[in-house]
Amino acid sequence: MKRKISLTINGKPYTGEVEPRLLLIHYLREVAGLTGPHIGCETSICGACTVMLDGKAVKSCTMFAVQADGRQVLTIEGLGTDGKLDPMQEAFWNEHALQCGFCTPGMILTAKQLLADNPHPTDQEIRHGLEGNLCRCTGYQHIVNAVKAAAAGKGA
Amino acid sequence: MATTTISKPETLVGKSIRRREDPRLITGTATYVDDIKMPGMHHACIVRSPHAAARIRSINSKPALERPGVAAVFTGADIKDLGPVPCGASLPGLRVPHHHLLAQDRVYYVGHPVAVVVASDRYIAADAADLVEVDYEPAQAVADPEKALAAGAPAVHPQWPDNVAFTHHQEGGDTAQAFRDAEVVVKQRITSQRLIPSAMETRGVVADWRSGEKSLTIYSSTQIPHLLRSLLAGILGMPEHYLRVVTPEVGGGFGSKLQVYAEEALMGFVARRIGKPVKWIESRRENCLTTIHGRGHVDYFELAARRDGTMLGLKLKLIQDIGAYHQLLTPAIPTLSVLMMPGLYNFRNIWADVIGVFTNCVPTDAYRGAGRPEATHGIERMVDILAAELKMDPAEIRMKNFVGAGDFPYSTPTGLTYDSGDYAAPLKKALAEVDYAGLRQEQAQARSQGKWIGIGISAYGELCGAGPSPALPVGGWENATVRIEPSGKVTVLTGASPHGQGEETTFAQIVADELGVGIDDVVVLHGDTAIVAYGIGTFGSRGTAVGGAALYYALQELKTKVKKFGAFMLKSERVAFAGGACLDERTGQSVSLAEIAAAAYRGIQLPPNTQPGLVATHFWEPPNFTFPFGAHIAVTEVDSDTGQIHIRRYVAVDDCGKIINPLLVDGQVHGGVAQGLGQALWEEAVYDDNGQLLSGEFTDYALPKAHLMPWIESSHTETPSPVNPLGVKGVGEAGTIGCSPAVVNSVVDALSPLGVRHIDMPLTPEKIWKLIQGGRA
Repeated sequence: MKRKISLTINGKPYTGEVEPRLLLIHYLREVAGLTGPHIGCETSICGACTVMLDGKAVKSCTMFAVQADGRQVLTIEGLGTDGKLDPMQEAFWNEHALQCGFCTPGMILTAKQLLADNPHPTDQEIRHGLEGNLCRCTGYQHIVNAVKAAAAGKGA
Repeated sequence: MATTTISKPETLVGKSIRRREDPRLITGTATYVDDIKMPGMHHACIVRSPHAAARIRSINSKPALERPGVAAVFTGADIKDLGPVPCGASLPGLRVPHHHLLAQDRVYYVGHPVAVVVASDRYIAADAADLVEVDYEPAQAVADPEKALAAGAPAVHPQWPDNVAFTHHQEGGDTAQAFRDAEVVVKQRITSQRLIPSAMETRGVVADWRSGEKSLTIYSSTQIPHLLRSLLAGILGMPEHYLRVVTPEVGGGFGSKLQVYAEEALMGFVARRIGKPVKWIESRRENCLTTIHGRGHVDYFELAARRDGTMLGLKLKLIQDIGAYHQLLTPAIPTLSVLMMPGLYNFRNIWADVIGVFTNCVPTDAYRGAGRPEATHGIERMVDILAAELKMDPAEIRMKNFVGAGDFPYSTPTGLTYDSGDYAAPLKKALAEVDYAGLRQEQAQARSQGKWIGIGISAYGELCGAGPSPALPVGGWENATVRIEPSGKVTVLTGASPHGQGEETTFAQIVADELGVGIDDVVVLHGDTAIVAYGIGTFGSRGTAVGGAALYYALQELKTKVKKFGAFMLKSERVAFAGGACLDERTGQSVSLAEIAAAAYRGIQLPPNTQPGLVATHFWEPPNFTFPFGAHIAVTEVDSDTGQIHIRRYVAVDDCGKIINPLLVDGQVHGGVAQGLGQALWEEAVYDDNGQLLSGEFTDYALPKAHLMPWIESSHTETPSPVNPLGVKGVGEAGTIGCSPAVVNSVVDALSPLGVRHIDMPLTPEKIWKLIQGGRA
């Protein structure tokens, strides 16, 4: 039995019928046609699927699309304004905080959440803030540098 | 034509330049395999064996086929004439089990593909896969290579009851004499556990069959598009020129995608049979179970030395866990370990016996370092064990035995020729950075207060930049094409297939310097067999050392042609090419690259005996490997109440030859160290006695996380390689190879007052806590 849902993704309204079991990540990728949120583990460990739901970072691989009914979703595609990169994106670029790039959209959104909660984090606070997002390429050091740079207002 | 003075252009090689790959990646607009959608595309889900060893009595696909939306179900009977999944390596006496794309009458490991279900949507495909009824008759499995060698062990392949896949022997010098001459011999069993490579993007394939053209396009997350194409043509029995492989964005490989997998061929088969495009995306569970694992060594080392610390010879019995099949390079990996046995040391006597053992597990193959981390871990542990036995300082014993800076090129007893080096330099630098003498004093004081501080050194060498061709089961060269477009912009096609390493940037740096153009005037394309003539791929730290060198030579050819055009257009024989223009040194007249390109393509006025266009292709085979080296030091503190290991400092001094982009080199070192540290402290693919993988999800497989990583203090010495014109050696695997012995040596050093001499990885808190409790008791 399909259920009707309405939600906003990156400022754009979406309405449609979905199976109740459809995962939010599959809605975003298959229905809304987005390519930013990725599927890395399907168990909430890696965070490649991280999106913002009503302004809070969530893992969209372990949420149903129906749970996003009536809510606002922001993905990496919705970050930045007027064709300008968000300062966090710019910081990731400047600091070489990505290699294969697969974890990056989720990592950037988690980093945004981290600074929203704690605008001036220590290195250790940054590392703990990122522990729900896995990166197999960078060893995290340049990611920590990027978050620090973004917190210091560089890259803006 | 203009009159100009050409100033010396700013060079980009050697500069930290942010990557040109990144804008698409940080905005989520890059295209990975799962982002590809096609009209009428179907989805495949694979039915896999839950048993490590079983006979298949029967398969009933009917309930799955009755599910609405299911297009087809294929089983072993459908593909029995295709294949096999290829093993590219060969050794005398190698036993190669026939590796079908789908299981025939038996399954050999948990995850073994048994059937493929194809449906209109991925949820339906997954539902229907659960409806395929497979009747198994389970058999006894064996998952441990030493147990598999024991008398009476279950046979993985019934035709080979001893489970031996191959044996391999290599020796150099006179090891028997070295051991007779020895004043001290230390022995140790050292394991290098099975690891799961865990690229963040799992494997994935989209296959697109065009019946009108009889052509097949395979989109696959692979490190080797051209080799995959050549080998898939053989597996599928289709003409190679009608097969195209496209590598879109690849979300990490680390060797695990240096492969030809059954699923890549299967999807080609399925697309052709159903006449529609088909997509298969591996789940993480499948990735843990069925993508190759790395390592899987049990090594028995014996090191002979004099009491003054002079090393004389090394013996190794190497037991390699093969798994149930050979993948592309499986049997070759431990032979690389043997080649690297001398490490950085100048002893002349080597003896190695390798035995490859079948187990009911997924195959092992190349994972970051591929045989070299195992070798380095063993050697660097043995050097520390010898130092402890002789009560010598571990830094001093290394310095004493290093190949000297004046001894290059240096021939090893394993038949290699080390290209260049100064092995003491990075160790001296690392020792100075940590204030080694001060640290030793602090350690002594801490010990008197019951605190366990350790200092661990590893001095590693590696073998990178493969070829030459005879050293590889495939060509050991790389290919590059440089095309100056009619507008003067530059397109580079490289046979190296980067997937995160950043060659779209570093190769553009090389081009910009050589042609005197801006970096934004260059684009680097790769990963499509229809675009790039041919290539070998990115693995073994060869991208820049071989692919970059091929590019360099293509650029030289092109520059010769550009100068020919410049001389013709300037009507001068004395023409220099610099700063993106040809200059007549006498008159000061110049023509820009864009003007030359326009003339070259317009083709009306050509220099004598010159073809139109500005394109050069170069296939370059290196005369030798490159041999990067370095020294890592880990300073650790062990919590005696919990067994937790705290890394106080991590210093990495790496020599990867000439550095093209320091920012990217540091990124490679950091990531490499993270994977080495993962092996040292946390990661392990754990199979139980029944061959069930207990750490088969990210919930159970302990990957390094941000808060667990130490700050890596990375610096370099820079010894150019004479092997290639760029002087580069490669850096992709250095961090991984250098790291694990530094960390384990450090923890063993910390606990040495308790009589601890060796600890096998991973150094879990439980293992460490038990050692401490045992030592106290």
